[in-house]
Amino acid sequence: MEIIKTTHLTKVYSNNGLEVKAVNHIDLSIEEGEFTAIVGPSGSGKTTLLNMIGGLDDSTEGTVKIAGTNINSLSENELIDFRLKNIGFVFQAYNLIPVLTAKENVEFIMLLQGLSEKERKQRSEELLNHVGLTDKLDSRPNQLSGGEQQRVAVARALASKPSFILADEPTANLDSHSTSTLLDMMAEMNEKEKVTFLFSTHDQRVIDKARRVITIEDGKIIKDERR
Amino acid sequence: MKTTIKIAWRNIWRTPMRSFLVIGSIVMGIWAGIFVIAFSYGLNKQRTLSSIKNSISHIQIHHPEYDKDYDSKYFLENPDLIKTELETNANIKAFAFRSLLNGMISSPVKSNGVRIIGINKNQEKEVTGIHSGLVEGNYFESKRKNQILIGEALSKKLKVKLRSKIVLTFQDTDNNIVAGAFRVCGIFKTQYTKYDEGTVFIQNSDLQRLIKSKEFHQVALLCNSLDDVDSTYHSLKTNLNDYEVKDWKTISPELAYADEIMETWLFLIMIIIMLALIFGIINTMLMAVFERRRELGMLMAIGMNKSKVFFLILTETFFLSLIGAPMGMFLGALTIKLTSETGINLAIVGEGLQSVGLGNIIYPVIETKFYIFIGVMVFIFTLIAAIYPSRKALKLKPTEAIRTI
Repeated sequence: MEIIKTTHLTKVYSNNGLEVKAVNHIDLSIEEGEFTAIVGPSGSGKTTLLNMIGGLDDSTEGTVKIAGTNINSLSENELIDFRLKNIGFVFQAYNLIPVLTAKENVEFIMLLQGLSEKERKQRSEELLNHVGLTDKLDSRPNQLSGGEQQRVAVARALASKPSFILADEPTANLDSHSTSTLLDMMAEMNEKEKVTFLFSTHDQRVIDKARRVITIEDGKIIKDERR
Repeated sequence: MKTTIKIAWRNIWRTPMRSFLVIGSIVMGIWAGIFVIAFSYGLNKQRTLSSIKNSISHIQIHHPEYDKDYDSKYFLENPDLIKTELETNANIKAFAFRSLLNGMISSPVKSNGVRIIGINKNQEKEVTGIHSGLVEGNYFESKRKNQILIGEALSKKLKVKLRSKIVLTFQDTDNNIVAGAFRVCGIFKTQYTKYDEGTVFIQNSDLQRLIKSKEFHQVALLCNSLDDVDSTYHSLKTNLNDYEVKDWKTISPELAYADEIMETWLFLIMIIIMLALIFGIINTMLMAVFERRRELGMLMAIGMNKSKVFFLILTETFFLSLIGAPMGMFLGALTIKLTSETGINLAIVGEGLQSVGLGNIIYPVIETKFYIFIGVMVFIFTLIAAIYPSRKALKLKPTEAIRTI
């Protein structure tokens, strides 16, 4: 089943009258259960592409369909709601809520979805257990290492049972041990639970794990390799 | 909502020093506002009570024409009818019949225009506080005739002392000039220098002998409390409709207006204080929003809608005020409680205060309605203060706030 479909997706930035095409007519299709990495040099348009797929940025031209819904036609509030229900985000800088514990961070997104306290508690504990943080449920982000914070972020992204997870450079701030642990965990989720992952990355270790690698340069897909 | 409140509460303690400073400024602002209100009210109340106690009393009864030119020919007819009416009114604590004349007081050195008040010493003692304000001498204790009480300021002006002889000159009811020699038996001091300088008390019996009349011009009466004044006033106005009945607000409208003007002025002061606080709160919340751009952007990215982000910032702002306002009110109430018992001694500016009818010690007092008003103001102004930072937060674009997803 096709989860993500972009058609002629284009983003043009204007700077002092100079137009720069960050993303240039990209047609892309991601199927359910894929473990895909978007790679390319800095400024190639990876992040802009992911922002548009995640509904965080408007496209200048073209459309993004997520599970059949054209997100370009949604209002701002509808888009926020759509992201809440359909997309899990993992940020490069973890971006956990610093005043909440690991468990509360994971619960927070379910709270926004309106799940009951019992459901939230049960699922957050399950997810944190799944990412190997059973003993860190009540730790606040500043009490966790970078790798642990990113695992909480993955658990949070999974908490809303999204259609797919967008992860921008998820390993950029991690040491090699944490990177390896995180990648193994995400690969396992992908294999066993068919969770769809879409990464942007420079990290060769992520590229090595990916089963599909899309290379973009100057806003265009120059290579789409399935393994 | 519970989690949003939890996040908001924890957020304000992320930078405790900053939060303490804002809360401290709210506490100080509200405390200062309450204190200024209570002090001003205390000042005004003291001035009113002092006037009531020393001269005007709660209610006065005159001949209907008396107010036109204060002529002594307008005496009270049928005083027994008034006396009976006053004696049967349970709200009336005491009353005193007075004879009033304008005249001149002369010492060997100087003369001065004065208001001569002829009193029944026992009746007057129950109505005014002149007897307790004596700084020298006694309150008509001697059985001698022609004793006089004068104010301290007047004694200085005339350069007379206790037992000095002075001469009072005035017109009788037939407009004949009458003069009488009096001996100073007491020197009083009220909180109003001008009053002390222009008022003398003699006994009715002496005055009536000189003017050859046994009439009275005024009845001054005290009610059991200030709260009884209105009902007593209306009752007397109905039952003594051949006379002019006036309550203290009519006799001395400037005292009544002072309360109203003071109220408006104090409301304005409180609004100014709250406006000053608003800027502190806005500044703090704006700093909080800008420092947490990434976090707020992330919250919007993962699906926190704008109304919830708005509510989060609003709640944080309210927490700052909700901690500061009750503390400020409590401190204010505590200060008022303490100073209303001990008073605030302003002897250093005592002379100035006495010239406007005030004593050296001010007893702050505040009405409960001001606490309610302050509470409502804090709520409204906090809401206003929260709007701008909240709007700033809502304008954040998740991509710009967090740079990347």
